Amino acid sequence: LCLEPSLYTVKAVFILDNDGNRLLSKYYDPELYPSMKEQKNFELNVFNKTHKADNEIAFLEGMTIVYKSSIDLFFYVVGSAQENELMLMAVLNCLFESVSQMLRKNVEKRTLLDNMDGVFLVVDEIIDGGVILESDPQQVIEKVNYRVRDCVEEQISLCNELTVQLSDVTKVLQVSSF
Amino acid sequence: MIKKFDKKDEESGSGSNPFQHLEKSAVLQEARIFNETPINPRRCLHILTKIIYLLNQGEHFGTTEATEAFFAMTRLFQSNDQTLRRMCYLTIKEMANISEDVIIVTSSLTKDMTGKEDVYRGPAIRALCRITDTTMLQAIERYMKQAIVDKVPSVSSSALVSSLHMVKMSFDVVKRWVNEAQEAASSDNIMVQYHALGLLYHLRKNDRLAVTKMLNKFTKSGLKSPFAYCMMIRIASKLLEETEGGHDSPLFDFIESCLRNKHEMVVYEAASAIVHMPNCTARELAPAVSVLQLFCSSPKAALRYAAVRTLNKVAMKHPSAVTACNLDLENLITDSNRSIATLAITTLLKTGSESSVDRLMKQISSFVSEISDEFKVVVVQAISALCQKYPRKHSVMMNFLSNMLRDDGGFEYKRAIVDCIISIIEENPESKETGLAHLCEFIEDCEHTVLATKILHLLGKEGPRTPTPSKYIRFIFNRVVLESEAVRAAAVSALAKFGAQNDDLLPSVLVLMKRCMMDSDDEVRDRATFYMNVLQQKQKALNAAYIFNGLSVSVPGLEKSLHQYTLEPSEKPFDMKTVPLATAPITEQKTEIAPVATSKLPEKLAPSRQDIYQEQLAAIPEFKGLGPLFKSSEPVQLTEAETEYVVRCIKHTFANHMIFQFDCTNTLNDQLLQRVLVQMEPSEAYEVLNYVPAPSLPYSQPSSCYSLVRLPEDDPTAVSCTFSCTMKYLVRDCDPNTGEPDDDGYDDEYVLEDLEVTVADHIQKVLKPNFGAAWDEIGDDNEKEETFALATVRTLDEAVNNIISFLGMQPCERSDKVPENKNSHVLFLAGVFRGGHDVLVRARLALADGVTMQVTVRSTDENVVDVILASVG
Repeated sequence: LCLEPSLYTVKAVFILDNDGNRLLSKYYDPELYPSMKEQKNFELNVFNKTHKADNEIAFLEGMTIVYKSSIDLFFYVVGSAQENELMLMAVLNCLFESVSQMLRKNVEKRTLLDNMDGVFLVVDEIIDGGVILESDPQQVIEKVNYRVRDCVEEQISLCNELTVQLSDVTKVLQVSSF
Repeated sequence: MIKKFDKKDEESGSGSNPFQHLEKSAVLQEARIFNETPINPRRCLHILTKIIYLLNQGEHFGTTEATEAFFAMTRLFQSNDQTLRRMCYLTIKEMANISEDVIIVTSSLTKDMTGKEDVYRGPAIRALCRITDTTMLQAIERYMKQAIVDKVPSVSSSALVSSLHMVKMSFDVVKRWVNEAQEAASSDNIMVQYHALGLLYHLRKNDRLAVTKMLNKFTKSGLKSPFAYCMMIRIASKLLEETEGGHDSPLFDFIESCLRNKHEMVVYEAASAIVHMPNCTARELAPAVSVLQLFCSSPKAALRYAAVRTLNKVAMKHPSAVTACNLDLENLITDSNRSIATLAITTLLKTGSESSVDRLMKQISSFVSEISDEFKVVVVQAISALCQKYPRKHSVMMNFLSNMLRDDGGFEYKRAIVDCIISIIEENPESKETGLAHLCEFIEDCEHTVLATKILHLLGKEGPRTPTPSKYIRFIFNRVVLESEAVRAAAVSALAKFGAQNDDLLPSVLVLMKRCMMDSDDEVRDRATFYMNVLQQKQKALNAAYIFNGLSVSVPGLEKSLHQYTLEPSEKPFDMKTVPLATAPITEQKTEIAPVATSKLPEKLAPSRQDIYQEQLAAIPEFKGLGPLFKSSEPVQLTEAETEYVVRCIKHTFANHMIFQFDCTNTLNDQLLQRVLVQMEPSEAYEVLNYVPAPSLPYSQPSSCYSLVRLPEDDPTAVSCTFSCTMKYLVRDCDPNTGEPDDDGYDDEYVLEDLEVTVADHIQKVLKPNFGAAWDEIGDDNEKEETFALATVRTLDEAVNNIISFLGMQPCERSDKVPENKNSHVLFLAGVFRGGHDVLVRARLALADGVTMQVTVRSTDENVVDVILASVG
């Protein structure tokens, strides 16, 4: 039963929406659910057992699963039954905090999907092949150095652009009227 | 502007997920803009995101289309947009296995990895190592070494972790970076230190000395990272386990000191390590238990869960150590996290008093339907343990179990319940009838063949001996009508047992058997015909041999013998006695059930330990023609644990010979031993025929040498003998670091402890499920009886255990369990003597002033009876 000392702590990590659909998922142990069908079954099973109550931790199919939800999103980190639960929690907290900081606290599906590239990069900075690469959200954010896109900001920049162009046009018109 | 249009398209497509209706072909089409100049970073970024998203959803990319997209993507390295570059790295990693020729990006990645932009360097290293194979690794080795000791933490970490991934692939190359990793281990950055330690351990884990040194160094200097502490605790506890180090070792002190670490993660890891150590005393457990107790009231669910799960494990072995936490556990019963509540209740069931059982059972039944199967199994196991502890509570438990049996649940869960009921029946004769009734009801509607056959087998064994056996016949025959082949066959066998044991039921059983002979399945018909004919003879001996007590040979052994027989056809009929016997099944495993381990592996019939030995010995030419291996003993230690050479002996018994297998280990790293053999001096008329030396015994690589001994033929009663043993060998001194030996050597010897051969080495355990029938079958032709007084023995339990271990025979009918508060007991033992003679022993014990024992021995051979009585006296 003793744990083989190893850096390979995380078996899988995934983010689901409030219908249990996969938005992002990574499996780091090739022996655990090798096929896509098994993975999605597992995710659905986990989702069904966890989405009703926010219990933080569960034990399913021989795996320890820690999780956290926010509005219409569910974040999961999976480890083996013998894994130190607090290490898995550290990973989950780092993932959630990093995403939350990156999305300026708007941790909901639409914003997340609009910045999916940033989310991919965040996960890549936290876990590398099952090894915890970084556990401090501040560090993750610095390393990813990602500029968030959100609709409002985009519209403002678009408006600015249009005003500049309009003013150019008026200038031209003014010039030509002379 | 373009982005704006994109957004509109998406929004009209689906309300909330812009990626929902992505078409792979459309996305790949879009990927063509990668080739446009100038590069539009935003659009390209968006398309790369779509590709990675599709891959993540499990979309299948063909090699050609993936390669095409990959090559187009390589153009994007021309752009200096940071996020775009990072997404390129991700794409490379994702596509490494599906696209061809991914190595073309090697030079771009190497440039980024050694370039000025620190943001790129770490991720570039990780991407590069993902696409590098052993041959190319040499080319980047120089850069990797530099990167490991780079002052930028992210670069160093990336290099260390990537090296760790590559250890599996090219251990020899990565091993050369050990000095760099050593340097990184003293880094100030917590993650770098953790990764460096992990890599160092993986590179050195086969060298115990180096691991010990590493531990000493870092436990003294202290670590910064809590992760690194957890890693060190695991290494330390593994080392303690391997070296069987005592709890006064500095390693144990280190683990214990971690209980006072400021990080909860480390404290928990240390507590859990202590709890999992084998043979920990209550005093050593106490500090670990008290930190776990504190965690029980933490606001964090994960911490409460971790604590109660670990306490649950402690409670299995040391329930008294956990009683201090009973109050905290009581508070967790109503925890909103059902997993925590279940674990708390099952722990309390193990530690609490008999009076609290009813209340806890009521509590747990209120939410048993809400918890997952894994935890239901935990509950069942707790109940099973409880039944052993409080046998009087069996009716409450039985009720609860039968309710659980009716609920929905998977196979593992049902199997746990059935096993639990069966063990209650075996422990408590009073619960037998209710238990059997519940099981009968269960097989009426049971979808698991394995469980149905198991229950039918149990009914066949126990049913005929109940007051009203007839009521079970209906349940069994229903199976014959309704179920699959395997279950029908099992039902037929069960029926036969009723017919054989109950004369008044025999006519009806014969009628039913006749019906079964019409079955559509071969196996069912065969069994029915066979039993029909045996039953019609109405002979007790036949019934005993063919219906109650089946074959006692090892199945792989039988298969091999039959195969051998078909290869060398002879006039003689096949002799069952030449087949090695099955080693008796170990029945005492209930207490050691892994708590919540769900085994995913299918159980296959592993060859037994003895079959493996048989194979190994048959491969040695000197040991040809000894016949089948009869018995292999447990290993006997011939040296103290902490000596220069460690030797243990396994005694292999054959029909007229014995082979002694000496497993030797050399614990001196500056010596190489050669031509190792153990010289034996027998005290009796045993004759040493042959020695097979171990050619070479290098440091810490165990090897075996053998001695072949002929048993005295003229005196069959000479079963015990003492051998004085001396190990003889040639020593060659060698360099401890390289293992290179000197040219010359010298002969030396080492005196070992004496080795005893006892009567138990000549007897193989055989379980007779129906002892009475077997007793009658052998008959009283060779019966002898004698009475002994065991003056030194104080209790019946002690006497029973002594007899069993002395004779090495299998206790039958659970007669090894002495009921409490009785002063007389009957012990039934069964076995087979070397040469294939059945032996049965009945020992009547009476407790007065000391224990008086009347031993009756029956066997198919007269000498065997004498041997046993002589050795007892």
